[in-house]
Amino acid sequence: MNTEEIHGLLAEQFGDAILELKTEAIDPWIVVSADKIVDILTFLRDDERLQFDHLNDLTAVDFLEPDEKKAKKFPYDPHLEIVYHLSSFGLKHRTVIKISVPRWKNDEPGSHPEIPSVAGVFGIADWHEREAYDMFGINFVGHPNLKRILCPEDWEGHPLRKDYDFPLEYHGIRGM
Amino acid sequence: MTWIEGRFEENVITTTLEQAMNWAQESSVWPMTFGLACCAIEMMATGASRYDIDRFGAGAFRATPRQADLMIVAGTVTYKMASRVRRLYEQMADPKYVIAMGACTVGGGPYFKHGYHVVKGVDLVVPVDVYVPGCPPRPEALLEGLMRIQDKIKARKLGKVSGTASFGQKGEKITDELALPHHSGYGKVAESTATA
Ligand code: SF4
Repeated sequence: MNTEEIHGLLAEQFGDAILELKTEAIDPWIVVSADKIVDILTFLRDDERLQFDHLNDLTAVDFLEPDEKKAKKFPYDPHLEIVYHLSSFGLKHRTVIKISVPRWKNDEPGSHPEIPSVAGVFGIADWHEREAYDMFGINFVGHPNLKRILCPEDWEGHPLRKDYDFPLEYHGIRGM
Repeated sequence: MTWIEGRFEENVITTTLEQAMNWAQESSVWPMTFGLACCAIEMMATGASRYDIDRFGAGAFRATPRQADLMIVAGTVTYKMASRVRRLYEQMADPKYVIAMGACTVGGGPYFKHGYHVVKGVDLVVPVDVYVPGCPPRPEALLEGLMRIQDKIKARKLGKVSGTASFGQKGEKITDELALPHHSGYGKVAESTATA
């Protein structure tokens, strides 16, 4: 089943929560609304026609150009995107689901945007969400154990955000 | 033992205590098993039969810092790892030596600009004796680094210094002195500066 057909099924089931379909890329993707992500992934997993039994990857992308000069030509509004790659072993098809969230909750720098955790739908999402939290500072609401997974626990900031400042000093070791 | 057979009269060999001790030490440098990233593969190759670091008496990789003389920091040192590197170094018994192997440990390497997590050179964490550049350095380069460590051990002095050395006052004990490579042809230059 290709992504257009999957999009058709999702649109039929969820209506307005399915926002967009992009097919011009090599990996076509479907943009959905963040509040419904748990229901949508559960549907993709359990529906007989879809059977997406494997979450290949869950990651995030920061759309921001920190350089002021280049920012004028930057074609996107600053935001974060969370990407879910799914595949079905039985039916041998794949798809990509994306959701988009603001970089900061209520535009207050430092307060993490919140989206529902899908760790209850796909077990593997547990560690992927911890990584996305560690690197991008996204708060996955309902995650069983949302702590940093790669950086030390006392690390400051979220390194893969484009406006991240490198540490000048860490436990007595000079940085830059 | 062909290299030593038939070279001496029977019964007695004379040498200085300093030379004997340094010779023993330089011939059994035990490195610590310590691979942090890709460079460790090259360090393993150095230990394996083709390059055979054991020819230099440094093939006994120890799994504990207490038994090791040499720490080959082979790979990327992250901030998270740095405190462990320092602790392991402190647990090693004196005399101890450190080789910084690879661009990462020499100065951050490929992570110098955009690696938020990489220490920009392991010399910010522990004192380094020999730097071996390369990404990764070939086994020959690591062997060269080991030979420089052996040069350093060879130059260790037990007694007090009689003349004015390049650093340190007369009569002061010099614990550490950087030796010239034993094959570089700089020996003559060193002699001429020493007499000057
Ligand atoms: S210097 Fe190169 S080969 Fe060695 S650890 Fe760093 S990246 Fe890997």
